[in-house]
Amino acid sequence: MRIANHPILEFPQRETVKFVFDGKEVTGLAGEPIAAALHAAGVRSLHHSSRFHRPRGLFCAIGNCSSCLMTVDGVPNVRICVEPLRAGMQVETQEGKGKLV
Amino acid sequence: MRQTDIAIVGAGPAGLMAAIQAAEMGAQVLLLERANELGGQLIKQTHKFFGSREEYAGERGFEIAHKLMDQLVQLSNVTVWKNATALGYYPDGVLSVKQGNSFCLVKPKKLIVATGASEKTLAFPNNDLPGIYGAGAVQTLMNVYGVKPADRVLMVGAGNIGVIVAYQLLQAGVEVAAIIEAAPKIGAYWVHASKIQRCGVPILTGHTIKKAYGTDRLSGVTVCRLDEKWNQIPGTEQDFAVDGLCLAVGLSPLTELLWQAGCKMEFVPELGGYVPWRNADLLTTHHNIYVAGDVAGVEEASAAMVEGKLAGLAAAFALRYQSENFAALYHEAKSQLNALRSAPVSAKVCNGLCKVMLGEAV
Repeated sequence: MRIANHPILEFPQRETVKFVFDGKEVTGLAGEPIAAALHAAGVRSLHHSSRFHRPRGLFCAIGNCSSCLMTVDGVPNVRICVEPLRAGMQVETQEGKGKLV
Repeated sequence: MRQTDIAIVGAGPAGLMAAIQAAEMGAQVLLLERANELGGQLIKQTHKFFGSREEYAGERGFEIAHKLMDQLVQLSNVTVWKNATALGYYPDGVLSVKQGNSFCLVKPKKLIVATGASEKTLAFPNNDLPGIYGAGAVQTLMNVYGVKPADRVLMVGAGNIGVIVAYQLLQAGVEVAAIIEAAPKIGAYWVHASKIQRCGVPILTGHTIKKAYGTDRLSGVTVCRLDEKWNQIPGTEQDFAVDGLCLAVGLSPLTELLWQAGCKMEFVPELGGYVPWRNADLLTTHHNIYVAGDVAGVEEASAAMVEGKLAGLAAAFALRYQSENFAALYHEAKSQLNALRSAPVSAKVCNGLCKVMLGEAV
């Protein structure tokens, strides 16, 4: 969910764009991290751990912790907390280490 | 290979300040920032800073970041690379950098490492469930991107970060169920702690997390009380139905580059973990590597800015750059640091610093 009114901050206007998350069309704001767009759309579970397939979500949001790795436009292990959203991106929940080829 | 006088890794409060000071002395500066924005954690701080006017007291963190960036763009001898991650520093003085998707080499005469710190986590069952965040992540989502991390949050940690972020959650329209703190007393400044309690958020000291639960994402947390020996007391369990759990349990310095460069390191719990030995000018045991900010020991942004100023001045001076007001700025920075660390709450930091301080500087 997005913050409607904030007592201190004003958020810059950004263009609304469509992208695809696990085959479903989702909207987000161009240039925000993919993680912010997915969060705003109510998505919390982003990948599954390699050994026990446990769901993983966002933890650090600054590209440190690798909890949010997803497959984006076919490329695995993209840190979606720091990857800017563009129209038409294909974002997929990643299983384990992801497939490189 | 790109040559420069001074390369600075990290454009948070310490790195920005170091870049400004070194460039004002006349040095050629290359400022590297991993993110696609400058300012580090300052850009998500909405509270007003303490300290004196020199440390921008009374201003909000994101406003300070904008001021520093405005100063930086005036300086033609500073080059800024965003999306640039420093990968390694080698015995021949070469720094390797990944910028975007390209790899490049930089040879700086001096290196200032201002990489900051990363958030610690806590060990408890199911601590990996989606919906469990570091406090910094919560700030990033809501204060930079305007997205709520959850509808109802339990905060862990009643130090300054926990209490300030809890208040920021309320400002964003998120319900805060409570703040729990394992220690027997609140660590935050009273002004922040009182403010959040006046808003009706209880602070439960002597409490810890027993477990988190939920299937695909967090749906609740069980907390319990601790006895004076920090053991969980059976029968004191309390349930919080929350979809967000925010951990504000401290930071540890991001020191990988320093280890790799061979700087002498020491484990100092008061400073958040392993930190480099350094002298009063922030020069490490490596004769070309300076440090500033949380990487040198976890403190507040105000101290990071002054350390950045000092490291920037010292590194430029070591390269024989001079300015009329160098001596004045240098002594002013040192007395600012002493003043910032003179408060009783800084006693811990001061104890830690004594353990890694090398002999006299410049």
